[in-house]
Amino acid sequence: MQTDIKRRVFLKGSVASGAVAAAVGAGLLTPQMVLAEWNKAAFESKTVEDAVKNLGLEGGEESADINIKAPDIAENGAVVPVTVDVSMDGVENIAFIVKENPSPLVATFSMGEGGVPFARTNIKMGKTSDVIAMVTAGGKTYMAKKEVKVTIGGCGG
Amino acid sequence: MSSMKVKAKEKDGIVEVKALIKHPMETGQRKDKKTGKPIPAHFVQQITVEQGGQTRVTADWSGGVSKNPLLFVKFKGGAKGEMVKVAWTDNQGGSDTAEAEIK
Repeated sequence: MQTDIKRRVFLKGSVASGAVAAAVGAGLLTPQMVLAEWNKAAFESKTVEDAVKNLGLEGGEESADINIKAPDIAENGAVVPVTVDVSMDGVENIAFIVKENPSPLVATFSMGEGGVPFARTNIKMGKTSDVIAMVTAGGKTYMAKKEVKVTIGGCGG
Repeated sequence: MSSMKVKAKEKDGIVEVKALIKHPMETGQRKDKKTGKPIPAHFVQQITVEQGGQTRVTADWSGGVSKNPLLFVKFKGGAKGEMVKVAWTDNQGGSDTAEAEIK
């Protein structure tokens, strides 16, 4: 009798640890939990200089290996398609910065395992501005910029 | 009812992932036209693209990304028939995930 109870407790225990393993396997405990925290200081910075500093970046040598694709003239500043394509090895991070926006840092993209240094999204632009791409590769920072003329700003009501 | 559509396509060893997210992407700087009260910030903050047990690409965004945003990224290491998972979280605690088979 005594041994039966013990056996039952043991079985219960193994079922419970099995459930944890299953949860990990099913992706319920995802790598998202270990993501770096959203960089509030950088995203709320009001100047390009502060945003870059708060991202922990230094320098920013201009590079022809960073290709920014964006319209020369954006009629609607609420939706401006921007693509950044980098032909460098070891790219860790790409940041999209709009110089004249109230909060210039718009987006950062981090390349994980197998990540290709390419990113596209649509951004808001309050007025005509340089769109800046800051790229971190091999611990160094590179940049490129392109001016986009905005006909109707996309940050207001 | 997912808030997100994901497509993944493999070509020459590179998987292209496109995600369209239904989200207001409020900066917190706009005012309600009728009441004059500020509209609280509400935007997607972090997105992860996972495949094969690896975090392939992550993105951090502000309210400066357009309403109903698009994410287009690429990675190496995936093959046709495998699944790609995209997950987002926003600044108000909202989140969603969606998966797509690599075509």
